Amino acid sequence: MASMIGTRIKRKEDPKLITGNGNFTDDIKLPGMLYAAFLRSTHAHARIKRIDVSQAVKHPGVVAIYTGGDLVGRMKSVPTSWYVPGCNLKAKDRSPLAVDKVLYVGEGVAMVVAEDRYAAYDALDAIEVEYEELKAVTGQEAALKDGAPLVHEDVENNLAFLWKAGEVPDEAFANAEVVVRERYYEQRVVPNPMETRAAVAQYNSGSGDMTMWCTSQNPHIHRMVYAEVLDIPESKLRIIAPDVGGGFGAKIGVYADEAVVAYAARHLKRPVKWMEDRKEHFMATNHARDEVIEVELAGKRDGTMTALRVRNIANMGAYLSTMGAGVPTICFGLMVTGAYAIPQAAVEVYGVYTNTTPTDAYRGAGKPESAYQIERAVDAFAREIGMDPVEIRRKNFIPKEKFPYDTAMAVTYDSGDYMLTLDKALEMANYEDLRREQEELRKQGRYLGIGLSTYVELCGLGPSKVAGAIGLQFGQWENATVRVHPSGKVIVLTGASPHGQGEDTTFAQVVADKLGVPLEDIEVLHGDTQMIPMGWGTYGSRTTPVGGAAVAIAAERVTEKAKKIAAHELEVSIEDLEFSDGVFQVKGVPGHQRTFQEIARSANMAWNLPEGMEPALEAQSFFDPSNFVYPFGAHICVVEVDSNTGQIELKRYIAVDDVGRVINPMIAEGQVHGGLAQGIGQALWEGAVYGENGQLVSGTFMDYTMPKADFFPVLETVFTETPSPVNPLGAKGVGETGTTASPPAVVNAVLDALRPFGITHLDMPLTPEKVWKAMQKGRKEA
Amino acid sequence: MSAKKVKISVKVNGVQRTTEVEPRLLLVHYLRDVLDLTGTHVGCDTTQCGACTVMLNDEAVKSCTVLAVQADGGEVTTVEGLGSMEQLHPIQEGFWEKHGLQCGFCTPGVMMATMGLLQENPEPTEKEIREGLKGVICRCTGYQYIVSAIQDAAQRMAEAKREEKVGTLHTGGGK
Repeated sequence: MASMIGTRIKRKEDPKLITGNGNFTDDIKLPGMLYAAFLRSTHAHARIKRIDVSQAVKHPGVVAIYTGGDLVGRMKSVPTSWYVPGCNLKAKDRSPLAVDKVLYVGEGVAMVVAEDRYAAYDALDAIEVEYEELKAVTGQEAALKDGAPLVHEDVENNLAFLWKAGEVPDEAFANAEVVVRERYYEQRVVPNPMETRAAVAQYNSGSGDMTMWCTSQNPHIHRMVYAEVLDIPESKLRIIAPDVGGGFGAKIGVYADEAVVAYAARHLKRPVKWMEDRKEHFMATNHARDEVIEVELAGKRDGTMTALRVRNIANMGAYLSTMGAGVPTICFGLMVTGAYAIPQAAVEVYGVYTNTTPTDAYRGAGKPESAYQIERAVDAFAREIGMDPVEIRRKNFIPKEKFPYDTAMAVTYDSGDYMLTLDKALEMANYEDLRREQEELRKQGRYLGIGLSTYVELCGLGPSKVAGAIGLQFGQWENATVRVHPSGKVIVLTGASPHGQGEDTTFAQVVADKLGVPLEDIEVLHGDTQMIPMGWGTYGSRTTPVGGAAVAIAAERVTEKAKKIAAHELEVSIEDLEFSDGVFQVKGVPGHQRTFQEIARSANMAWNLPEGMEPALEAQSFFDPSNFVYPFGAHICVVEVDSNTGQIELKRYIAVDDVGRVINPMIAEGQVHGGLAQGIGQALWEGAVYGENGQLVSGTFMDYTMPKADFFPVLETVFTETPSPVNPLGAKGVGETGTTASPPAVVNAVLDALRPFGITHLDMPLTPEKVWKAMQKGRKEA
Repeated sequence: MSAKKVKISVKVNGVQRTTEVEPRLLLVHYLRDVLDLTGTHVGCDTTQCGACTVMLNDEAVKSCTVLAVQADGGEVTTVEGLGSMEQLHPIQEGFWEKHGLQCGFCTPGVMMATMGLLQENPEPTEKEIREGLKGVICRCTGYQYIVSAIQDAAQRMAEAKREEKVGTLHTGGGK
């Protein structure tokens, strides 16, 4: 049997999904189930003077209505889970429902529980809330100013934290031959998985068992926090993430809504379901990015970069959400030097409270922002000294012989060959020809732009002791069990909780490879805390490099035990056996063999096991990696800007990514495509906009442009493979590469096209209106 | 306030269903909550995302924008009626073969939209497919493999038509 690793295999998870047999949270229906709906704040900042539910409770079908006051003392608040150390972090716990004040549009104010969906929504309209409106502040720079409205009265200047890392003496800039200073705004975006958040809760008042089905990327984290919030022993709280319709970071967060649903189920002794509608999702599910980033990059006229100083003013929203504080600090701050050997770097991050929806991790989490600032700044530097964007990158790349490489931000990149990806991308693009074509077209008054980005990501979250050192309240190892049934059929249990990324298939490939059993004999199970003892979920491209590694190790352990049994039965020493294609064969004695399936039966029958061996064939692994993994790559974007309309046409997009060893190229490509759509979406179309009084202006798919099929050309994606030394699979993360690399590639391309207009900077999203206005202002070369 | 219920009769995936519903009940909730056909999903409130697309009287419609009473006397096909594991529809085969889905939440709607698209234009170009997908949003796939899946499905359907393998669409049962 050929190795299963590196093979394009159709996904095992697809048949149920394409036949309508998926089981998403809103598909769950339980006897006696009630339906919940939330009343949400219509004000960005207001005192709640009175809530009157007296008319609403009379509505037909209404069973109960809960306000914030009803829950005081009955539920705990929901904490943040990333206490970044050394930055005077002022975390504010959030009440399950607002009690005295609302701090952003969309904050939960009351919850109606009714016999059906329509009745619950009817009653919402009849709840009267009297607000005393307060002055709101939505922008982070305004919020930092003296005299700005305070989101939390005891947090001065709304400064939730100030984090600093690295050091660069002022002389490094004062004495530099070249310094470029740039200011970028990473606009606020909304993750928008197609399945919004949802929860179903069922309580057994006899046993005290609570089962919650919810849209979760990390059910064990939800169990850990909700157990505390609801005061239910972890052993009696079962969280099940059934089929989950995408997460992109939005379903990492521990929200109050799901816990209130569970509270109601316990209180009413009936199952309760809630499904967020899309308008609610826009207001109430964590947003992302929203950072003002100032960069100073110093270097020499020959293109050598010598020092980098970065300031990030991050809009945290009204609370520090689950991973919130870690995103602009650890995830962004430690990666600011990108793929370059910049010897000195320093970062400071202002985390600011505002009257907006909290921000948290979103595909890439910190790395897209970090790649964006350095890749834009490197282009600015190249422009300043008149160097080609390709050459400046070649000159400053960390050379491949320097890995593992300690960066100026004190992280160790595990492995890399940056030149390889760049060369490959240039070759695919036909870079020289493109530059010639650009010149030709300019003569005709057509504006072609070629944009480049190279990147390094920090993925595969682990190791746990690092997590502890940086204040994350979670471990970062992963758990896997490989269980072999007497028939030889295999169940794989993983603590990672994939939700669309295809690990049911890739993990099965890993196990098939190790055990030599057919793929169809392997089931991968996840997302149930009662079935899987512990695990930390799927985010930060950790599932395969950490979770998959645990699977590989557990499978290896199963093989070792099976081999011992085979040797015992065949009455030879282990060294005399070879194992391939699922057969233990005595070397040099054809026919003297045992199949893996025969050994599975023997192990479980236990009639004849080696002395002292326990029955059954099962192994577990709790894999804690020694380092993060650092995928990298080079992307090239080609655009044409219509000078009459400002419309940007994506002509080509080339992505060369190195994610270490690729287990299923088809699935990995799909991850890159999806990531690209989200990153290009941010560059060109997406953006959450707050109005002056803190109203979310872009609150539906009608006023928030989601990328659609006809927005894209065929994406040209390939992989190079530089294995990671930190896990047995050699795998790095793939899910976030596209989102990280594409915004700077696209923006650099557009700015390259707009050079004749003297335009050197525009903030995302590059809407036609914005581009057209800039061109009108800009000077046109003769 | 709930109004007086009205009786409707709809042929869903080949089976005649007669039920009393509130006049305001959306078709998607009728399918999901009344008939327990949960393959059709709700992704937005504004008819933008297409996750709830079904065939109503041979036309692809977004079932969050149609009242159940409007389907009275009509025929509806949902993903459950498209094909089964025993006999996948060529569109389903195309999506499986070409990795046209990741989380799978929007997929039933996208496949039903594909049905509408291929009925109108059995041999679409890549550009026509992308334009034909204007009514659907997928957040996972970047659309590239959805386009491949639809190209693959179009070929399979053309072949099946040549071999007259595909009968009428409305053959499947409920869940």
